Amino acid sequence: MPTPESLRYKNKLYYLLLAAGGLVALAGLYAVHMMEEHGHIISGMNNQIVWGLPHVFAIFLIVAASGVLNVASIGSVFGKAVYKARAPLASLLSIAMLSGGLTVLMLDLGRPDRIIVAATNYNSTSVFAWNVVLYSGMFSLVIVYLWTMMERRMHVWSKPAGFAVFAWRFVLTTGTGLIFAFLTARQAYGSALLPPMFIVLSFAWGLAVFHLVQTTIYAWNEKTLDPAILRRKKNLLGVFVIASLYMVAVYHMTNLYFAHQVAFENFILHEGGTYTMMFWIGYVLFGNAVPLGLIYAPGLGDTRCVMMASALVVLGGFAFLYVFIIGGQAFPLNIFPGYVASSSFGDGQIAHYEPSIYEIMLGFGGLAIAFIITTVSVRVLNFMPQDKAYIAD
Amino acid sequence: MLRLLTTILLACSLSCTASAHESSFTPKLDIGKGGKCVEDEATMRSHHYELIRHQRDETTRKGIRGGKYSLADCVDCHASKKNNSVLGSSENFCQGCHEYAAVKPDCFECHSSKPRKAAGGVK
Amino acid sequence: MSEINNDRRQFMGKALAMAGIAIAPGVMLYDVKAGNDGKPASSKVRWGMLIDSNQCKEGCDDCVTACSTENGLSGGKKSTDSQWIRKVELKDMRSGRSLNLPMMCQHCEQPPCVDVCPTQASFKRADGIVLVDKHRCIGCRYCMMACPYKARSFVHEELHDQNPEVPRGKGTVESCTLCVHRVDRGESPACMEACAKAGHNAILFGDLNDPESEISKRIRTVATSQIRADLGLNPGIRYQGM
Repeated sequence: MPTPESLRYKNKLYYLLLAAGGLVALAGLYAVHMMEEHGHIISGMNNQIVWGLPHVFAIFLIVAASGVLNVASIGSVFGKAVYKARAPLASLLSIAMLSGGLTVLMLDLGRPDRIIVAATNYNSTSVFAWNVVLYSGMFSLVIVYLWTMMERRMHVWSKPAGFAVFAWRFVLTTGTGLIFAFLTARQAYGSALLPPMFIVLSFAWGLAVFHLVQTTIYAWNEKTLDPAILRRKKNLLGVFVIASLYMVAVYHMTNLYFAHQVAFENFILHEGGTYTMMFWIGYVLFGNAVPLGLIYAPGLGDTRCVMMASALVVLGGFAFLYVFIIGGQAFPLNIFPGYVASSSFGDGQIAHYEPSIYEIMLGFGGLAIAFIITTVSVRVLNFMPQDKAYIAD
Repeated sequence: MLRLLTTILLACSLSCTASAHESSFTPKLDIGKGGKCVEDEATMRSHHYELIRHQRDETTRKGIRGGKYSLADCVDCHASKKNNSVLGSSENFCQGCHEYAAVKPDCFECHSSKPRKAAGGVK
Repeated sequence: MSEINNDRRQFMGKALAMAGIAIAPGVMLYDVKAGNDGKPASSKVRWGMLIDSNQCKEGCDDCVTACSTENGLSGGKKSTDSQWIRKVELKDMRSGRSLNLPMMCQHCEQPPCVDVCPTQASFKRADGIVLVDKHRCIGCRYCMMACPYKARSFVHEELHDQNPEVPRGKGTVESCTLCVHRVDRGESPACMEACAKAGHNAILFGDLNDPESEISKRIRTVATSQIRADLGLNPGIRYQGM
């Protein structure tokens, strides 16, 4: 039973957390202001590494925002009660992460003040332009879906809305993958494997984020998650992690098989220094192997292990995207096949990139926005999963 | 957004003309070389942005050169003889009026604020 | 070489004289001007270049300097500095033969930068010149990711004292314009002029659609190639001696 003291303490803690989130978001805004004032010269990005750390944060948030909806879909589309009870929280997290990710993506533009041009001069052949529609559509759809779940009179519409969200998020993550898949000339990208790979990655990252938030909310409300539910959800996370590792392996294996891609793979998997380390240690070991151990090893797999595994999957996601986005650009573009090239513009050389403090601030600012939206919403509305006494399925 | 800005600018410049005589706050502009403009003063004051914006799209995207409403021509005529620019202080032609109207012109992020020909803007 | 060229010129001259009468005379001239008299750039023209890497002298970067002067670039070589044209040194991996050539926007017929640009800021003019409309560019850099030639630069800093004819600004992407402001006046790009001045004549600019233009004749008579022709983008810049 919560005592008045513990309630007061929690109240204080809540505002403290909110203030901390606000501060980080403010720091992000300050970074944006500095980048607006001085230009991207104060970032670590340059003419070779044109997308940097902000894009790692933004793409993680957007991909995870789509993946977290998996929880809702299993509930609404496939009718599993355990997941249905968690659909509102999943939808909220989706909106929060989408907001954070899009903010970062938008504020990193060279001219964010002109973002409206993207609507007034729409280019129908641009994947970026498609994504503008996909992101805003997803945002509105998820809000409608949430409304159908939280407003009793709208319950009848909850299933169709769930279906719509289910379909939309597949298209959305396909769109995110296509941003890279359509870059035919770049060795790291230009593969039809990327959209499905991003979809599977989104499942793992989204569920990991969901676990982290759910565990926190249960702890905050001094509740314990039913071990049966925990077991099912941790197994699901395990399956998603294995599936995403499989997709990443296939992506690299196909590249290894193409003779003209071997040099690139050698860079990422073997000689790429930071990128190689990040891939094997950051992504493969800590982002996949350790979480799988925590989930499946006999004697492990309790709440704390799942929490830990989820956090590692999230960190592994960041490591993966860093290698994919920045490492993918660092390897020199093969403009003259069959020749060794050198120039004043980085031809034939590994590009150098070091993220600046402003990019880090901007990235964390995006996380803070997602955090604030989640924290405030969870407090003012009821997002606590309400499980039935008896779980049939 | 653009329309909103134009409307604000229009409103401001109208009030600017209306109160030009009595107010001491109206900008004292250095009109540079000046001379006969491509349109009359009132039209230019209220519609210059639409005119140059229309022509900018024609020139940039279609390659139609030599139109009447060229930003470079504005600068050629109206750059201050003091600092050879339309920007710099609240007396300079573009900056002065835009400060007064509280509208930030975006032109000179990319376009030169100095005339095309050598210093002094003599053709 | 010159004899063959002369023969060929005569032959082509006769063969094409009839066609020439049929086509509007203005199109036949070398200096077809885009809209000098208020007319738009014409799709009958396709501007392009032929670069002879055999004539391009190692260590010479007059074209790069001329480009910087003409377009108001700093000429700096930092990774954040704009480079619209660069000298690339190449060495054949198998034969060891080395060559060098200038590299710039290839003015593709099917430009990936135009496909990916969310705001239609990247566009191809009717006469084949690929440009960035800086009034629309939001600085997303997707075109830089999509360009197979790394032809584009992002303006990382605030600029001052731009060339009045070459607007450029912070937060937008830019690349070689084929000196569109000169071409519209009937002049040739600054790099070609500088190369000719240095006595190398490695760069030839002209109308690829005009069978009588110097560039079309050369392309018909000597073996030329397009960089990354496998991508099927049909660049307007061709290379000789690759």
